[in-house]
Amino acid sequence: MSVRRLAANQPASFAFAPSTLKRARELMANFPAGRQQSAVIGILWLVQKQDGWVSEPAIRATAELLGMPVIRVLEIATFYTMFMLEPVGTHALVQVCGTTPCQTRGSEELIAVCQRKFGPSNHRTADGKFYWQEVECLGACSNAPMAAINDYYYEDLTPESFEKILDDFAAGKKPKPGSAIKRQGSAPEGEPITLTDPKLYDGSLAKKITIPNLPPMAPKAAKASA
Amino acid sequence: MVGILADKDRIFLNIYGVHDWGLEGAKARGCWNGTKDIVAQTPEWICDQMKASGLRGRGGAGFATGLKWTFMPKQESERPHYLLVNADESEPGACKDREILRNDPHLLIEGCLIACKAMRARTAYIYVRGEYVHERERLLAAIKQAYDAKLIGKGNVHGWDCDVRVTHGGGAYICGDETALMESFEGKKGQPRLKPPFPAGAGIYGCPTTVNNVETIAVVGTILRRGAAWFAGFGTEKSTGTKLFAGSGHLNKPCVVEDAVGISVKQLIEDHFGGVRGGWSNLKAVIPGGISVRMIPADQCDEAIMTYEDLQARGSGLGTGTMIVFDKDADLVKAIARASYFYKHESCGQCTPCREGTGWMWRVMERMVTGEAEMSEIDLLLDVASQVEGHTICGLGDAAAWPIQGLFRHFRHEVEDRINLYRAGKPHVQGHSLQAAE
Repeated sequence: MSVRRLAANQPASFAFAPSTLKRARELMANFPAGRQQSAVIGILWLVQKQDGWVSEPAIRATAELLGMPVIRVLEIATFYTMFMLEPVGTHALVQVCGTTPCQTRGSEELIAVCQRKFGPSNHRTADGKFYWQEVECLGACSNAPMAAINDYYYEDLTPESFEKILDDFAAGKKPKPGSAIKRQGSAPEGEPITLTDPKLYDGSLAKKITIPNLPPMAPKAAKASA
Repeated sequence: MVGILADKDRIFLNIYGVHDWGLEGAKARGCWNGTKDIVAQTPEWICDQMKASGLRGRGGAGFATGLKWTFMPKQESERPHYLLVNADESEPGACKDREILRNDPHLLIEGCLIACKAMRARTAYIYVRGEYVHERERLLAAIKQAYDAKLIGKGNVHGWDCDVRVTHGGGAYICGDETALMESFEGKKGQPRLKPPFPAGAGIYGCPTTVNNVETIAVVGTILRRGAAWFAGFGTEKSTGTKLFAGSGHLNKPCVVEDAVGISVKQLIEDHFGGVRGGWSNLKAVIPGGISVRMIPADQCDEAIMTYEDLQARGSGLGTGTMIVFDKDADLVKAIARASYFYKHESCGQCTPCREGTGWMWRVMERMVTGEAEMSEIDLLLDVASQVEGHTICGLGDAAAWPIQGLFRHFRHEVEDRINLYRAGKPHVQGHSLQAAE
């Protein structure tokens, strides 16, 4: 378990922006009547998109919107580690994956870059631009080491390419997510060695087919088609 | 040919995202072809075909999919049936479902429709892990295409009204457990439920529910299109079909690739992953199925094959089929200590053995890394691990114990050496040989 508490300094109030509220209601409509509580994680995430973090007034507002006790929303906000409980950097929230597959491919060097540039983890930098943390497996292990910056994945990093990306963020740019060594998704580096058969892509697979092993048509249906 | 599977027998034809992920591209690759004829069949026929194909759940546990579907009630009642697709892929090493979500989403949507028919469900929910933002956007766009083309939804062309909806999590590994997933889905903390009641009796909102992995559902359409016998023709009797494998760690070309179950560990690494860094002889150990299974040492990797039964016989498991490879330079003790930290971080805190045990094991493992431990603590650690294993509601306690047990089963001598060196006043420091050389 990880101990997570609300920040000491909280804003006085929170208000849903109209666009946030619209998307929140769309999420709630995904679930059967009376089950809108199912949307709570999605709505807290929208809150985080709006403000950058989840504040105590926002938790209250979410509880009110969903008709939930505040303590239940507080539980969600502190249980799920994706919710930031204090203000994060204005330019970038940097989350470096440090779990074993990334560790074996050099995530410790990426962490060292963050420490050198931004100081200790889980704190906003003095200029308020960055906030970095080491997180657990982000599920892109074949593209290790990697980091998620503002929701999107930057993969196949080296300390140099990582630093360049961070510098771009500091300059207010938005570097393109994906592989830093221009790999195609999670394909092996270099020329493709599988999925090279052109017949797979010429449309021949879309031709009408007969499903194998179909049961013999029931007498009634057979008569109707005859 | 690389590997043992020909291109014509692959299911995921856009796994690297080279081609169009959208509806037109998917249709050209054979998705949504003949779906109407499949959906027109009875649920019993679909379940029988799935049983005949031998497909086992791809999320790690490997339970027979067709059999699982038959556990659902045979009649629709006032309690609606649900399909819940588990896309909470968070196991270190596993990164295969992500490729389906972002590059072949229509296979998943088609699979949802067919699976819903097989279990008489009218709604499928796909629970995507919170961090997969891009993948979620892609999936939502694909679902919108399917609705617009009337492939799913009310009054669709396939004749089985079925909604496919997406929800997401907040970054908790534990929600990959099916009962924790259901709790999280309902808007609660992801703390697993006791079984029974089993999900097929009382799942989300107390209604019959089946939870399946993304890959399991995504292969359904192609299996039925090409026939159960085609799928069952790959692999062994108990481990059939094709599967996505992923490689990470000390490989020359880590990647995700589809191949037949039953490919040997060596061929998978040499053919698809570009070989071990420094050559095959430089291999030290492989964790074959995501970090929660026990590792197998290099001398067994020559014969090991990627099937449920072979890896189980070696004290390991196929898991999700996503391997982490370590070469001779790897610090295995440190790698497993990091895995222990992962489990400590991800324990939900519900059961005492796991909540207290994962933290305790991590702290001891950290001392094992430097050798700052008593020799007797090795047995103490293994004793604690065996007491966490099997004494928790869900499998996270087991998963936390297994990597440690795997390490000590095969590399106990390394830890003992470290403890001896520490006591001799020569503690293990990473890179010490380099420092000495300078």
